[in-house]
Amino acid sequence: MSSNPNESAGPVTMMQAPLYLQYRFTAGTSSLSFLHAIKRGRLIGRRCPGCESVYIPCRGSCARCGVATCDNIELTDEGVIDKFTVVHIPIPNNPIKPPFVVAHIRLNGADNAFHHLIGEVDNDKVKLGMKVKAVWRPESEWDYGLDNIRYFKPLGGEHD
Amino acid sequence: MANHAAVIGVGQVKYQTQRDDVSIAGLVREAAQNALDDAQLEWSDIDAVVIGKAPDMFEGHMMPELYLADALCATNKPILRVHTAGSVGGSTAIVAASHVQSGVFERVLTVAYEKQSESNAMWALSSKQPFATHLNAGAGGFFAPLIREYIQRSNAPAEVGMQVAVKDRLHALRNPLAHLHMPDIDLATVEASPMLWEPLRFLESCPSSDGACAMIIGSERAAAASPKKPAWIRGTAMRSEPTNFAGREQVNPQAGIDCAKDVYRQAGIQNPRKDLDTAEIYVPFSWYEPMWLENLGFCDIGEGWKLTLEGATSLPEGGDIPWNCSGGVLSTNPIGASGMIRFAEAAQQVRGLAGDYQVEGTQLALGHAYGGGAQFFSMWVVGAEKQ
Amino acid sequence: MTDIAIVSYAQAPMVRDAGCANEVELIMPVINEALQACGLARTDIDFVCSGSADYLQGAPFAFVAGVDALGAFPPIKESHVEMDAAWALYECYLKMLAGDIDSALIYGFGKSSPGNLPEVLSLQLDPYYLQPLCPDSVSLAALQARAMLDAGRCTREQMNEVVINSRRQAQKNPRAQLRKPVSQEQLQAEVDWIAPLKKSDCCPISDGASALVICRESQAREMGLPYARVVGMDHRIESHMLGFRDLTDSPSARNAAKSAGLHNNIEAAELHAPFSHQEILLRQSLGLSENVDINPSGGALAGNVMMAAGLDRIGSMAAAILRGDYKFGLAHATSGPCLQQNLVTILEAA
Repeated sequence: MSSNPNESAGPVTMMQAPLYLQYRFTAGTSSLSFLHAIKRGRLIGRRCPGCESVYIPCRGSCARCGVATCDNIELTDEGVIDKFTVVHIPIPNNPIKPPFVVAHIRLNGADNAFHHLIGEVDNDKVKLGMKVKAVWRPESEWDYGLDNIRYFKPLGGEHD
Repeated sequence: MANHAAVIGVGQVKYQTQRDDVSIAGLVREAAQNALDDAQLEWSDIDAVVIGKAPDMFEGHMMPELYLADALCATNKPILRVHTAGSVGGSTAIVAASHVQSGVFERVLTVAYEKQSESNAMWALSSKQPFATHLNAGAGGFFAPLIREYIQRSNAPAEVGMQVAVKDRLHALRNPLAHLHMPDIDLATVEASPMLWEPLRFLESCPSSDGACAMIIGSERAAAASPKKPAWIRGTAMRSEPTNFAGREQVNPQAGIDCAKDVYRQAGIQNPRKDLDTAEIYVPFSWYEPMWLENLGFCDIGEGWKLTLEGATSLPEGGDIPWNCSGGVLSTNPIGASGMIRFAEAAQQVRGLAGDYQVEGTQLALGHAYGGGAQFFSMWVVGAEKQ
Repeated sequence: MTDIAIVSYAQAPMVRDAGCANEVELIMPVINEALQACGLARTDIDFVCSGSADYLQGAPFAFVAGVDALGAFPPIKESHVEMDAAWALYECYLKMLAGDIDSALIYGFGKSSPGNLPEVLSLQLDPYYLQPLCPDSVSLAALQARAMLDAGRCTREQMNEVVINSRRQAQKNPRAQLRKPVSQEQLQAEVDWIAPLKKSDCCPISDGASALVICRESQAREMGLPYARVVGMDHRIESHMLGFRDLTDSPSARNAAKSAGLHNNIEAAELHAPFSHQEILLRQSLGLSENVDINPSGGALAGNVMMAAGLDRIGSMAAAILRGDYKFGLAHATSGPCLQQNLVTILEAA
């Protein structure tokens, strides 16, 4: 009976079944102004026609009001640290060396915050409410994304 | 008004990092079979199945109810799959309860699961999306800034988080199914564990588990015929709010406050700390205990950490409102099932079946789950009495 | 019989590629249209439930982004199924029966254009034995079509008639994706694609979204809203293993229909049949007579938005009843390979 040569090899408890699917991502119509602007090193948010809040980046609606955003609003690359943490966790293949600061940054004139890195300051000197400014990558590296900003650094003299 | 519904069976599995002895179907069936055994029912007694899990991308398997229909003996029955992010285990139980409360079904099987060893949750959650920054910070990278904000606002001392981490692991020692059993756990051990996302240390974060949790929810008639004591569902509530909008309060989200008020109103609860005997609350990172104590109205804003420090939430210290006596999410975390475990453990407390972590004389217990950017909430209150 | 009234249904035009529109941009217009059509405000709605699937676009938490379209602050009562939104409606149906809620907004959306849909759907299969083989959804449907033809349950000409009828009906539906009429001769001349299926036997791949509003009959009457009454709903699943099933029959659809209140006066049926032979199969399994109009909207062969197409069948039938075209109608939704899971809704004029 026992003609199966694998019978003595024990049970199969795990197998690899790699899966590759290709997707052509799209960002959303209202993201276009933001993406085209950041490719040129500029920051464009959008305003809610209801509550007048300004969102950057904007996905097409004011989530609070549930209405489509309308006007494009140009913002500067300066803002404040709304919330932050110092990340120590080592994640394989992470090009960013821990410990590093991840902050919620609210640009001046914007009503929402986005996640980004903080640089050019000791991690233990970072504070809530600290004023920061974007440090951009070289123009030759600019693409359609917030990664064009390498990190945000404290505005000189604003922190103690 | 709705028909009464009760939990008449609970089934779980031994939670661990890797359940390589069973397939996904085997894992789910094990929990379901245990629930049937607990209710002393057969598969043919079940009228409908409601399943839940976190994103399909965790296991790389789309719409798993199709494949699991056979393992759950659901053929020629209705089967429905719920997905509401981290709150899904709780939402799934609530949808199952609706099945019975509608009067259409007598006995419904509900199961939630995650087999994290067959997946890469970190990848699924932070796979690179074009146009966004990729900060490689993980889930803690999202929640740690909110926790820092809480600490700043409330002036809570640093050891509060560590104390929750110790307390929930001490509770887990009483629960043979818990994933983490750390008999030597103490503040020094937690403090010595690596910092991951300030202020969260490794031991202040939840593990990654394989596991499934199942319940049988029955009608009033089914409960009357049930050999063991039922846990009556006294209230269910869900609330959602968007992830990101101007002026959003992220530390103490309105959706959690409203959801709790709704479920308390249904269950006739005036003062949650006094009226509830115990609670199973979704605390994946230690500091969420004091944060949710405040959000759920167990104390005033800014006071949650004091309850934790006083031992009010500790079973061995004889606290008046023990939280997460099963060990909680900090001791066991099969993501999609974690919410249902909270709901099921609340039921076990009112059924008097919580074993070594039983809170004596529990009449009313709260089960709670949340998900997304702390924006999706599901809660239920179960009671020893029908009303 | 229930007192649940479908008072509104809105559908975005079904297109092969919605371009760069994201979830919010797909959903928001149909939600607004559905609410405006019945005059209910967002704050009048007790519960919101949606259907979507992350793998269509290849990014987790599609439904989380969808919440941004709802104006969900103050927070709302909301839930989601990772299924066709017909099952989201079913969840609302139960909550209505339980007396938990008195109105609901249901929406479904799918954007399949970013990926290769037939391959993506192979991820629905048993992850250990079937999925690694990557059988695509069209090939599995072709197996079923072959079984139908070999068993004498349908003929090639009947399959062509299904396609011809779909295109003819779709000409009246401005939202349909495929509306060009075809003839028996044209279809006979068409080459096989995945035999025995020809491209015309298969639904197109569609992007889109739809929304539907339900409330109590009493509220609809008070507001003077026309409505279609939900007589009943039920759904059933069959074995996942195709070899365990008779692929030429659908006992799950039949049993769901019986339980939902199927009767002999049904005048029209919207059948969610993504492949031509499946319409014939469903018709036979449900025992629908020759007099029953099939797919007055054009059906899935004229446009099939994943996770919305089932809800579209229900919405389209309700809309036809509201137009006064029929008094009694049936709507069907399906999920999984070869009609594995089926949901049936019986509707009638108020």
